[in-house]
This record gives sequence, C-alpha cells and structure tokens, in this order.
Amino acid sequence: MAAPEPEAPTTAPSRAKDHSPWNWLLFIPIVVPLIPAFFNGDSPRIFGFPRYYWLQLAWILLGVATTTLVYQMTKKRGNP
Amino acid sequence: MWRDHLTEIIVFSLLFLLVSGMGFVAARWRAPKDMAHLDEWGLGGRSFGGWITWFLVGGDLYTAYTFVAVPALMFGAGAAGFFAVPYTIVIYPMVFLVLIRLWSVSHRHGFVTPADFVRNRFDSPVLALLIAITGIVATMPYIALQLVGIEAVLKTMGVTGDNALARHLPIIIAFAILAAYTYQSGLRAPALIAFVKDTLIYIVILVAIIYLPYKLGGWGDIFAAADAKFDASPNPNDGILLNGNNQLQYVTLALGSALALFLYPHSITGVLASRNRDVIKRNMSALPAYSLLLGLIALLGYMAIAAGVKPLPGATEGSVDNNTIVPLLFDQQFPDWFAGVAYAAIGIGALVPAAIMSIAAANLFTRNIYKEYLKRDASPAQEANVSKITSLVVKVGAVACIVFLDPQFSIDLQLIGGVIILQTLPAVALGLYTRWFHRTGLIVGWAAGMGLGMWMLYQVASPTRKHFGGSAFPLSEFGFDTTKTIYVGIVAVLVNLAVAALVTLAVRAAKVAEGVDGTTPDDYFADEGDPRVTPGTERDADSAREPVA
Repeated sequence: MAAPEPEAPTTAPSRAKDHSPWNWLLFIPIVVPLIPAFFNGDSPRIFGFPRYYWLQLAWILLGVATTTLVYQMTKKRGNP
Repeated sequence: MWRDHLTEIIVFSLLFLLVSGMGFVAARWRAPKDMAHLDEWGLGGRSFGGWITWFLVGGDLYTAYTFVAVPALMFGAGAAGFFAVPYTIVIYPMVFLVLIRLWSVSHRHGFVTPADFVRNRFDSPVLALLIAITGIVATMPYIALQLVGIEAVLKTMGVTGDNALARHLPIIIAFAILAAYTYQSGLRAPALIAFVKDTLIYIVILVAIIYLPYKLGGWGDIFAAADAKFDASPNPNDGILLNGNNQLQYVTLALGSALALFLYPHSITGVLASRNRDVIKRNMSALPAYSLLLGLIALLGYMAIAAGVKPLPGATEGSVDNNTIVPLLFDQQFPDWFAGVAYAAIGIGALVPAAIMSIAAANLFTRNIYKEYLKRDASPAQEANVSKITSLVVKVGAVACIVFLDPQFSIDLQLIGGVIILQTLPAVALGLYTRWFHRTGLIVGWAAGMGLGMWMLYQVASPTRKHFGGSAFPLSEFGFDTTKTIYVGIVAVLVNLAVAALVTLAVRAAKVAEGVDGTTPDDYFADEGDPRVTPGTERDADSAREPVA
C-alpha cells in the first residue's frame, strides 16, 4: 500500500489545504474494517480472544493512526 | 424487592443528585455575555475546546441505550452484535472528511442546523423543511430509548410499581429535572455532566473487564461459554463468528449506521459547538477511545452468558427483556455499592445524549419551521426562547412514548429513524462537496428513499413478529436466489441517490430554475478567526468577496 505523495504542498494555495492528497489515506480505515474476510475467523487467538474480536478491536488503532497522521500532515504550517 | 437493593439505590440517587446540581450550575460555566441567543443556548457559544468536545461528543454518540442494547444483542445473537465496533471506527474518518466542511460553512454563515445549510446551499426552503422534519422524527424515538436504558437499571434495582404511573414515576421525575436544567443551561449542561458520566463509565468498564474475566475463569472460558450457548440454540444465524448469510448485513449495517450517526442532528450539534477545525480533527483521533470502551462493553454480553445470567421478564407475557442482562451481571458480580456506581453511570449516561438530542431537535424546529414559516423576523432572543420551550415539549413527548406506549414501539421507531436519517445524505453530506444535484432531484430522491425504506422495514419478519422485525432485509425478496441479507438503509439511500441523479438530469434538460447557491467554495475551509457573515446580509457579502482561484 503506497502512500500518496503530497504534491508540493508548500506551493499550493492555503485555502486548498483540504485538497491534500493525504486525505485519501482516510479511506483505509473506512474500507479495511468492512472486509469480513480479514477478521471472520477463530485463530490465532490472543489472550483467549478469537481473531474476530481482537482484530476488529485492533482496527481502532488503525483508525487512530491514520487520522493522527493525516492531521499532522495537513495542519496549517506555523502551528505548533 | 427494592429493599434488597438499598445500597445500590442510595449510591445511584446521590450521584444522580450531584449531576443534577451540576446541570443547573452549568449556566454560569464559561458564562456568556448574553445567554438569550441560539448560538449560546443551543451551541454553547461555539467555543468548546478539545477536552470538552471529547467528553461532549463521546457522551453524545455512545448513549446509555448503546451501553445496554449492544451487550444485549451479543447475549442474544453473538458475533452480529459486534457490528458496533466497525461502525464506530469508520465514522471518524468520515467526520474528518465531511463534517469539518459543515463546521466551516456553518461558522461563516451562522448555521445552527444541517437544514440551515441545505436551505442556503440549494436555495430551497422546502428541501430544508424535509431535512428538518426528518431530523426531528428520527431523533424523538432516540430520546425515548434513553429512558429504556434507565428503566433497565431501575427494574434490576426492584424499583417497580403496580400500575403504569407508579412504575414510571422515577423516570418522570428524572426527566423533569433534566428538562429544567436543559431549559436553563442549554448545551452547557450536558457538556459539564458528560465529564462525570464518562469518568464513571470508564471506571466501571475498566474494573469490569479486569475483575470479571478473573472471576469467570478467563477470556477463553467466556468465549467457550458463549460458543456452547449458540451451538445449542436452534437459530442458524447466531454464533461467536459470522456465517455466509449475515456477513453482508454486518458490513452494510456498520457502514449505514456510521453514515446515519453523523447525519443525526445531535452529532452535528456536538461538532458545531467546537471552537475550530483543529479541535474537531484532533478529536477524530481521540474519540476512538470510546470505541474501544464500547467493544469491551459489548463483551459484557458474553460475560453474562458465562455467569449464567437469566434476563428479567419483558413487558409482555412470556417474553424476556435482554436489556436487563448488563445491570443483572453487575448486581450479581459486584459489591452493592459498586453496582450502584455502575447503575448511576448508565442512568447519567442517558441524560447527556437525551439533553443534546432535545436541543438539536428544538434547534431544527426553531430555525427551519418557526423562523422559516411562522415568524420570519424572529430576533435571536426569540429564537433562543422558542428553542428552550420546544426542548421541553420534545422531552414530554419522549416520556409519553415510554409511559403510554409499549417500549418496543420506540425501539421500532429508532430502527426506522436510522433508515430515514440516511435519506438526508445526498443533500447534507454530498451537498458539502457538490451542488451538482438539483433541488427538485434531491426532494424526489428523498421521497423515493423514504418510501422504499419504509416498505422494506415493513417486510422484515422476525421469529416473533411479522413486520418491522429488524433491519436485515432478505435479498430473496428482490428475486435473488440467495439466503443473504442486507441492511435496509443502504439499499434505500442508493435508490435515493439514483433517483436524485436521474431527476436532476431530467429537470436540468427541462431548464427548471436551480436557485442561487448562498455559499462560496472558500466557505468550506473557513476557520476560527475568519470573518463571519451576518445572516441578513450574506448575499451582498458573498458577491463582494473576491473570486476564488
């Protein structure tokens, strides 16, 4: 899964910051949790949890990681 | 008998009184210069920062009903109930992409409701009225369901009566207090109470997921007990994993519920109350903490199976009320005082969303019915006043639903609510990106989606009922040779979109007037500190603004 390259964000007009290609990454945590083939199974188990349960809980981390990354990459320059 | 639960009742009542006091004090918290304005009463001054937004939106989206009903579903059906987890994962990237634009355009134009936006974007008071009515109708049963959450707790504590009035008296009192402080403090009340509610819930769940598996022999044993229960049951679609028939339903229900949730007026109210775009974006990374909590709460359903909990009888003879399994599990496994804390968490958990929902419904009535059709020159103070009174009416309606009607009726209505709120997706969510759709197309599409959705829900049977038996529509009804099922809302909204597109092409060919778009492209990126447009003069201001490259 190749991350889309930002197209020279420094030269883009500030108003168009929401058109950042980084936003496309947000489709990963929308699509991946909705594919049952990944999680609909029993093994391997972790701490007694079947894969169905631990993997779907792990997608939460996928969502957090993606939104955090996109926020960091698209926030206004100059902000802390 | 209630005497056996005296400690629980005392702890519950004390915590309930504490938050009621907070609700009244909230009017003075971050006190505005002038409370008599809808921005202040209905949106907390549009000033909430990261922490408040986290508690407010978290307390808003994850309701008491969710905390009671999701484990009940896991208890009854198994893996299918876990849809709440993917559902609350996929919603946040969508909000990040879509609702942030609604925040900006609302900040610029002073919109309070999604229907305000639609009216301005598509220049159509009729479409705005349809969006507003859809929002109010979808929200009302959701408020009533919060009472079902409290009732499950009261029932477990033995607080019941011989007749309908005595049985419902505690709920009527609770809602009267809620109505009074919402009237006085507006959105500040649930924002402040949410701190207590969520702290209690996090404590209870952390204790539950560490202590209960230890007592019940570990997670392996808990899943084994659930597996054994579903193996023994005659229902082919339960189990601790999905089967070939319900995977499509699982996925479409998760996606459809996520789309519906962020279109619900109360979620939009929570988002619009935040201070700037960064607050919303950062919260999209922080709010999934609640999804983890919800996933663990869902597993309480399996713990109840492992602990051998038997649900209390339901409203009708011979039925059981699965919603009582979580309160019963706490009653059985926890010391009395801690069970009381857990019950208070659920009870207070009902108040926060109920307050926000009634505020959202009241704002829709005020902005899109009262101001649009009854009193066009209403002042901000009059708007705030009408909203306050409407919020009272909405709560009386919700209580009446529970007292006079079978609670099952509210559950059915909430099921319908999710499907109908989805029908606002083309106008509200897609409208934030494109004005390609024609207002006539959106209206006809809305009607088509509503009609189809209702018909499909009517056709769904369950083992106990012939109609409105759930949201899983068998595809064989459409003539497909399959036993698979699909979520009604997704089909309805796809038909809605298709009809809207076809009618748009047709009326555009017939050169029907499109109306004027009251927004400009850069409105959708506006942030805190950008100049605002006053509602009365926005047209002039728009044309004066420099064109955007």
